[in-house]
Amino acid sequence: MIHLLPIALKSAWNRRYTLGLTLIAIALSVTLLLGIERLRQDARDSFADAVSGTDLVVGARSSPMQLLLYAVFHIGEASNNISWQSALALAAHPAVAWTIPISLGDSHHGFPVLGTTPAYFEHFLYGDKQPLRLAQGKPFSGQISGLFDAVLGAEVAARLGYQLGDRITLAHGMQEHEHEPGHAEHGDKPFTVVGILARTGTPVDRTVHIGLAAMEAIHLDWRGGAPIPGFAIPPEFVKKFDLTPKAVSAVLVGLKTRVAVFAMQRYVADYREEALLAVMPGVALSQLWELLAVAERALLAISALVLLVSFAGLVAVVLAGLGERRRELAILRSVGARPRDLFALLALEGGAVTLTGALLGTLLLTLSTAALGPWLEARYGLVLRLAAPTLNELQLLGWVIAVGTFASLLPGYRAYRLSLADGLTPRV
Amino acid sequence: MPQPLLDLQDVVFRWPGQAAACLDIANFQVAADEHVFIHGESGSGKSTLLNLIAGVLPPRQGRLVALGQALPALSAAARDRFRVDHIGLIFQQFNLIPYLSVLDNVLLPCRFSRRRRERAGDMKQAAATLLNHLGLGEDLWQRRATQLSVGQQQRVAAARALIGQPEIVIADEPTSALDAARQEAFLGLLRQECAAARAALLFVSHDQRLAEGFSRRVDMAEINRAATGGEEGSALDAALPHPRPLSRGERGGKT
Repeated sequence: MIHLLPIALKSAWNRRYTLGLTLIAIALSVTLLLGIERLRQDARDSFADAVSGTDLVVGARSSPMQLLLYAVFHIGEASNNISWQSALALAAHPAVAWTIPISLGDSHHGFPVLGTTPAYFEHFLYGDKQPLRLAQGKPFSGQISGLFDAVLGAEVAARLGYQLGDRITLAHGMQEHEHEPGHAEHGDKPFTVVGILARTGTPVDRTVHIGLAAMEAIHLDWRGGAPIPGFAIPPEFVKKFDLTPKAVSAVLVGLKTRVAVFAMQRYVADYREEALLAVMPGVALSQLWELLAVAERALLAISALVLLVSFAGLVAVVLAGLGERRRELAILRSVGARPRDLFALLALEGGAVTLTGALLGTLLLTLSTAALGPWLEARYGLVLRLAAPTLNELQLLGWVIAVGTFASLLPGYRAYRLSLADGLTPRV
Repeated sequence: MPQPLLDLQDVVFRWPGQAAACLDIANFQVAADEHVFIHGESGSGKSTLLNLIAGVLPPRQGRLVALGQALPALSAAARDRFRVDHIGLIFQQFNLIPYLSVLDNVLLPCRFSRRRRERAGDMKQAAATLLNHLGLGEDLWQRRATQLSVGQQQRVAAARALIGQPEIVIADEPTSALDAARQEAFLGLLRQECAAARAALLFVSHDQRLAEGFSRRVDMAEINRAATGGEEGSALDAALPHPRPLSRGERGGKT
């Protein structure tokens, strides 16, 4: 077989343009396949990374999924708030180590505004139990002196170009655009950016954080989602009011020991004063991911189809070229190549093209990840990691090479048949 | 009489699925060093005969011994090996692989046959000698085969057929693409080199004028009993140069 190699190489070089195109087609499909696989994996990871270290998320009784979506991803609406008394009772429970009350509902240029306490910066963990880190500035104090201080998520700051000390005004509700009808601003009470968080790859990046008291303050002169006509409290006077929140959207709870989680969940479910619900974020997250698994599988199916099409292309190109190679194969046969040599010649070529295509595709993906990664992250919030191929990806690559080599057996078999049928004198 | 190089007795061949034989040879021998001119019109069965001798097709019946080896007894792979070890082939045209250089084309049999490699000694030297003898200067050796004229290409094919000193050289209408003057020159060179290599030459042509200078002349019409039967259909079928001539559908509905 080894004596065929130089001939195979020269023959391939002779057809380098057609083979080159096939190679590019395979490389691109491999890039697509691996890229989608990587995006899928990263999406799943960043999804699971959204919250960690929080044992329970407590909110008004609704569906666990809805509560999680709202409290962790800031998507959708809270069906109901929970009273401040309940939040205090949770915090006072002996099994509870810490609580982070959160209050949602306002927005800033489409980014959700989260009212919370300084405990958020201390206890909130994401990813692999990583704490939040400030890239610039400091967290808000929760004191009355720094009432209108805001801490921005990394993406908010990057997208809107905010620096420390900038003044921002919040919008009431979750309007995506400022020009929508019914848009109402808390324009009379601007906030000052005091801190910008480091990037986390979680919903925190897209969130504007303010104190609970500030949340209360900007709604002092509001009733039912609109400013009270003819009644406005200027910011310098809000401090005279009681700014203790009356209700919050949800409470993130950290326990002293994880063992207590089921007891605590029962305690919340049986809470007398109001109807509450406690969900374990890990469980709800995986349920939620199951829901998205259909889309995930659709992505995989698409990339598999793309790959299939490019293999069909490979087979078609090689088969089409076989007619014009018939003479070449007959000559090789007349000088001693056996039919199985010719079969090997074609299978070898197909296998080599597939292998090279697979390697080229992997390289292309790595290069484009390096080149486009920052842009993708900034523009679409898609985090692509630049890493060695995972076991899963290697397995996919293995399949690609196996299927490609197998696909090239078909032209090889045809060449074998032709060389037997043609004998020494092909009809060309 | 010493054992002939080639010995065919009562050799019959017919294509699978066909009733009539297209080749039926009672007796045909070739001695070593002999230069045989085989004359035959299209459809006389000469291509089939060459395919049989080259071991590409197995005969249906009969005795076919080449170099003391009964070819029908060999497997297809062994016949392939036999061919590359002992037989050099020259075709009417398209002998050369277009993307290989002249020298690489000549060396092809040595790539596939250890025997040819060993008999050639220094392969490059052997190729150089042959090419020089055939009037192909060193400036041509690294050119791609397609850059040569048809006459030059046929001489390259002759060099390839002769490298490693095979016992038999088979030439199937090698001169029909050449003009008359070049035919003469090519034939002269070919016979001269075969004599130098002590190879038997089987030269097939429809052009009787070329027979001069051969040690023997054989007419296909005389040795092939199937062709002399004169049945139009079988003669035509036999004329098709490849074993699977047409699919059934193409053959005008004949079953």
